[in-house]
Amino acid sequence: MIYFNNVSKIYKDATALEDVTFTVETGEFVSVVGHSGAGKTTLVKMILADENPTGGTVFFESIDVHKLKNHDLTKLRRRIGVVFQDYKLLSNKTAYENIAFAMEAVGKTDEEIKNDVPHVLELVDLSHRVSHFPNQMSGGEQQRLAIARAIINQPELIIADEPTGNLDPVNTHEVVQIFKKINDLGTTVILTTHNRGVIESVGKRIITMENGKIIRDTKHNK
Amino acid sequence: MAITVLKRIIKTGFLNFKRGGLVSWAAVMVVTITLSVITAIILLQAVLHFSLAQIENKVDVTIYFTVDAPEDKILLLKSSLEKLPEVAQVSYTSANEALALFRERHQNDYPTIQALDEIDDNPLGAYLNVKAKEVSQYESIANFMKSDNTLVLGSASIIDKVNYHQNKLVIDRLNTIISGAQQLGFLITLLLVIISIIVTFNTIRLTIFISKEEIGVMRLVGASKMHVRGPFMVEGVIYGVIATAVTMLLFWPATVWLGRNMTNFLGINMYSYYLSSFFQISAILLLSGIILGIISSFLAVRKYLNK
Repeated sequence: MIYFNNVSKIYKDATALEDVTFTVETGEFVSVVGHSGAGKTTLVKMILADENPTGGTVFFESIDVHKLKNHDLTKLRRRIGVVFQDYKLLSNKTAYENIAFAMEAVGKTDEEIKNDVPHVLELVDLSHRVSHFPNQMSGGEQQRLAIARAIINQPELIIADEPTGNLDPVNTHEVVQIFKKINDLGTTVILTTHNRGVIESVGKRIITMENGKIIRDTKHNK
Repeated sequence: MAITVLKRIIKTGFLNFKRGGLVSWAAVMVVTITLSVITAIILLQAVLHFSLAQIENKVDVTIYFTVDAPEDKILLLKSSLEKLPEVAQVSYTSANEALALFRERHQNDYPTIQALDEIDDNPLGAYLNVKAKEVSQYESIANFMKSDNTLVLGSASIIDKVNYHQNKLVIDRLNTIISGAQQLGFLITLLLVIISIIVTFNTIRLTIFISKEEIGVMRLVGASKMHVRGPFMVEGVIYGVIATAVTMLLFWPATVWLGRNMTNFLGINMYSYYLSSFFQISAILLLSGIILGIISSFLAVRKYLNK
């Protein structure tokens, strides 16, 4: 589903990625591990075409994501659900509206929005927070809301960049369980973390990064 | 579908305006200031035009005829003058009327009246008073009179004098002042409007700067450019509409005061002018406010929209 082919990214004086090559198949759950600054976030931004590579290509199925025009890029992003460490919720919108916005973006009808939003909020256990704004919610709740937003349009791929970075162990566990459930339903998940506990509780393929390079991939080692 | 999208954009715009709180009202205030500048300029222009028109009205050229000039020839000249495109009005004063006016003007000046009584004949000739449409046109009218033109054969021989040349200096100077005042007025207007537009644009840009992160998030969630930009533009329209209403409301008491206390000084009743042009002024303000709001929002969001 995703193919990285010798991807490099060099910022002014630092190398964020160096000759990264790997493949993610449909339905896989891949954990990307590494210290801060190992290149995990840059890797994720490459898939979303949020950053352009200095060298190499990134394919989403047969599409070279960095050759897409603005309009087509919007279409591609609608096929990917993203969860960030800092949640990136819309602060002036309620929980309900945050999810409704993602549905409006892909052109869902008012009817569908009215039906699906309460459903997904229930799924992440936020039914009691429908009309709360993000700053009225705890970190765990905000992250669950972000996950709900990411999955509402049934994306083919979920990218979670350090989703548990700001959470305590209880919330971390909950969030990981949600991702496992999503993956069990057939959605591909790419999750980055520096937390060993998270990787152990996921227990699937692990890509380890250091200084912008992949130093270990459990898929090949097994 | 397009209607649903539009409906959502408008609804979100209103919601964002409401939730923006103080920031929204700050933007409205700045747009109000811009619109107030525009209104003040409109009113000032009215005063300027009114005063200039009054001054222009006081300028005229008088053609004095010889005492023995036959009346039919004078009337012929009058009608041919009236045909000139530059001429606004020609009024005829006959020799007898001129005498009556002279006596009236000098009724307390005993020696003059006595001297007049001693001459049996009327020493005064008839005259035509010519008003041009614009001050700059007097010269060509005077030239028309000077040339012994074929239209009125021999008219030059019955003309005693044309006072244009005595008035020339005053007329010329007035001409310069009027066109200068108009140019200066235009320059000041342009400058003030540009300054206010820049200030407004920057304020709206600041309000959108606050949402910089959100714009990025919306794009990552897969929202189209219009979906992101639309609500901001709707907010721009709301700024314009509210600011127009506030400005029109603010100028109401201001013009009432001007009308009551400054009518003599300005030569024009501001309040009645304001009332009579209420709809034109509102239309100008509404249009300026909305266009300013939309364009500022459009440009400000564009900066954060590209990817």
